[in-house]
Amino acid sequence: MTQWLAKNKSAAIIALVVLVVAYGFWAMSPDKATSMLRFAWTLSIPLVLGALTGVIGERSGIVNIGIEGQMLAAAFTGFFVAANTGNLWLGVLSGLLVGAVMGAFLAWIAVVFQVDQIILGVVMNIVATGVTSFYYVQGKVLPSAMPTFSIPLLSDLPLVGVFFQGGPIALLTLFTVLGTWYALFRTRWGLRTRAIGEYPTAADTAGIGVNKMRIINTTIAGLLAGAAGVFMSMEQTSSFARDMSAGKGFLALAIMIFGAWFPGRALAAALFFGLASAVASQLQADKVVDIPQQFVNLLPYVLTLLVLALAAGRVRAPASEGIPFVKGEGS
Amino acid sequence: MSERILDIVGLTKVYGSVRANEDITMHVDRGEIVALLGENGAGKSTLVKQIFGLGRPDAGTITINGDPAKIKDPTDASARGIGMVHQHFQLVPVMTVAENVILGHEPTKGLSLNLSAARALVTEISERHGLAVDPDATIEDLPVGTQQRVEIIKALSRQVDLLILDEPTAVLTPQETDELLAVMKELAAAGTSIVFITHKLREVLAVADRVYVLRRGKTVGEVRAADTDAAGLAQMMVGRSVVLQVDKADPQVGDEVLKVDDLHVLDDRKLPAVNGFTVAVRAGEIVGVAGVEGNGQRELVEAIAGMRRPVSGTVSLSGKDITTADPHATHAAGLGHIPEDREKHGLVSGYSIADNLVLNRFDEPEFTSGVMRDFGAIKENAANWIQVFDIRTPSGELPASSLSGGNKQKVVVAREMSAKPKLLLAAQPTRGVDVGSIEFIHRRIVEARDAGAAVLLVSAELDEILSLSDRIAVVHAGKVVAEMPAAGADRTKIGELMAGGHHEG
Repeated sequence: MTQWLAKNKSAAIIALVVLVVAYGFWAMSPDKATSMLRFAWTLSIPLVLGALTGVIGERSGIVNIGIEGQMLAAAFTGFFVAANTGNLWLGVLSGLLVGAVMGAFLAWIAVVFQVDQIILGVVMNIVATGVTSFYYVQGKVLPSAMPTFSIPLLSDLPLVGVFFQGGPIALLTLFTVLGTWYALFRTRWGLRTRAIGEYPTAADTAGIGVNKMRIINTTIAGLLAGAAGVFMSMEQTSSFARDMSAGKGFLALAIMIFGAWFPGRALAAALFFGLASAVASQLQADKVVDIPQQFVNLLPYVLTLLVLALAAGRVRAPASEGIPFVKGEGS
Repeated sequence: MSERILDIVGLTKVYGSVRANEDITMHVDRGEIVALLGENGAGKSTLVKQIFGLGRPDAGTITINGDPAKIKDPTDASARGIGMVHQHFQLVPVMTVAENVILGHEPTKGLSLNLSAARALVTEISERHGLAVDPDATIEDLPVGTQQRVEIIKALSRQVDLLILDEPTAVLTPQETDELLAVMKELAAAGTSIVFITHKLREVLAVADRVYVLRRGKTVGEVRAADTDAAGLAQMMVGRSVVLQVDKADPQVGDEVLKVDDLHVLDDRKLPAVNGFTVAVRAGEIVGVAGVEGNGQRELVEAIAGMRRPVSGTVSLSGKDITTADPHATHAAGLGHIPEDREKHGLVSGYSIADNLVLNRFDEPEFTSGVMRDFGAIKENAANWIQVFDIRTPSGELPASSLSGGNKQKVVVAREMSAKPKLLLAAQPTRGVDVGSIEFIHRRIVEARDAGAAVLLVSAELDEILSLSDRIAVVHAGKVVAEMPAAGADRTKIGELMAGGHHEG
């Protein structure tokens, strides 16, 4: 812990400042503070899950810019399967599966046919938009709202309690971040994953099946993009709308970069985006500023540009991301 | 008889129409150091890759510890006691030493990696064999010699009987090389057999018990190291006697041609690479710049050639200031440049050999008629140089990419010499080139000097510097740390200076 603090001094200081400000604000106006944080966290969840999809994929060496499409297709599938079968959980499951299948598809084509991964991702996004718009029908409703849960004690905490209440995906997101960090940096799987994304020939000579692992990892990561999509159409709202992912998949990639391909930092980055939006909305609701809603909605995207411009050159991507691995070359 | 670790009988490997290995028979006993010696393209790497399971023989058997079963892949090879240190290190740069060592056979505790066990493993092996390294250091922060130690530890961590080293000394300083050779001897004494690939005769004679010489895919000789000498080995490698020491007359020194004064140049990361470099080269002499790679040589050469703009200082050629001249202008001023990276800066791979031979002069009257190119003259020029430089190709119309490394280099050298430069700037002129071509290129460089050109030779091969140069400038950290006449120069002393040691007196 002390070692960690010494290494991450600036992160610790920022976290402390944020905490002090947040609780100061909370002390002045508890309801407003809590609702703003809830708003921010709700916005952050699909971003975090999408960013984790990107982190796992790119740490394994597969660039996935099709996360947007995975989210949209999963949102669509989850919602309509649930609406048509009357079974909420079947909807959730099929949404997750669609995310995973699209991940598997991307990795498989990228690995076996060595197709450019950026092009593949673009294609996936276009297909997802087209198919979901085409088959979209109005007037469907979910059989019931998603159940919500709250974790005893933790959910009673002032302010941060909002992290520990909500639908199943919201609740699992925090644990997914923790789990992904642990898996990537503390397990055998993680060591191998990072190796195949950095220097696949080294992993290959150590007897690791690089391409197989890339496909499996991208598939698992697809589950998380699927969860993000399901969250949007079934938990955050209870309806599907055309193009409802609205660039969140790309925002997630920006967050992944801002978070330097670390799960925890991606969570912090996503919360930063969420909070920025929450503050903007609140300022407008309170009539502190009078700017059109459209400009407020623009904020996350403007922030993305700024943040990426700042992060560029400071963070370092996995060295072999996007480069197909062919056995026997380069050694 | 001692225990037989590796036994290869009648091994043949065919790539397309090329017989990369043909009917190779060799063996290695326990605790023996065996050198595989040969020119580039002789089939050494192909051979050891098959022993390590990276490629299967088309005929013949490889028997490991008495078991003739086929080696499926590197995992299988490791399981059977074969370890390999590749020429390009197989280490993940952003990970620590310990993480790299355990990759692929990680100790775990429950679900977690057991990193303390990994550290203990590294420490244990490094202490047992005198391979000092910090298990928690990140690979990319380590010098090349240390990275190689990590590779050896990685191989040893898998219980190896036979360790294969593919050109292990190619990237090392003379001091690091000596350390490695000591480690090799120590390992062999402890019972590990070693096969190592090299084309440096000195190393073979220093550590090997036996030597197999490969030429064009075949074993052309097997000798005990004790029964031979450098000249004998070299003769076996090329199939004829080679003059290792370049014969050259005393220099007929003329006026000063190149003057580099207090030059400062930044590298690609905008960090200082050349820090106040000063050197002068006169007509008719070869000045060799000796140094460990990465001490500013590349930036120096690029600055002189006009490929990189210096921060301060001056470069002048025959009194003309070329500090900020572009490559076209430096060529016009009389500079011939054999670049370090021939693939990137020396040739246009997709162009024909004939076109590559006129890249520097395609716009001169000799090769143009009006606004058109004079293809007849270009072809004639190509035919001439192909013959004079013995460039092995069926036709000058073939793309440069069809040539072997040595022949590509000959194209570059022929082109640069054809302009009769006042200054020849030769950077690593024989890197990755076979012994026959090395000798040829060396002779051409000496000829250019005898014809009155000034030559600045930059090379990582100390032997090359020593045998070609008239004067030697030792560079360290972007600066000349010592200058001396080549006659009587002491290689140990130069090695120390290259490594940053102080020059006494």
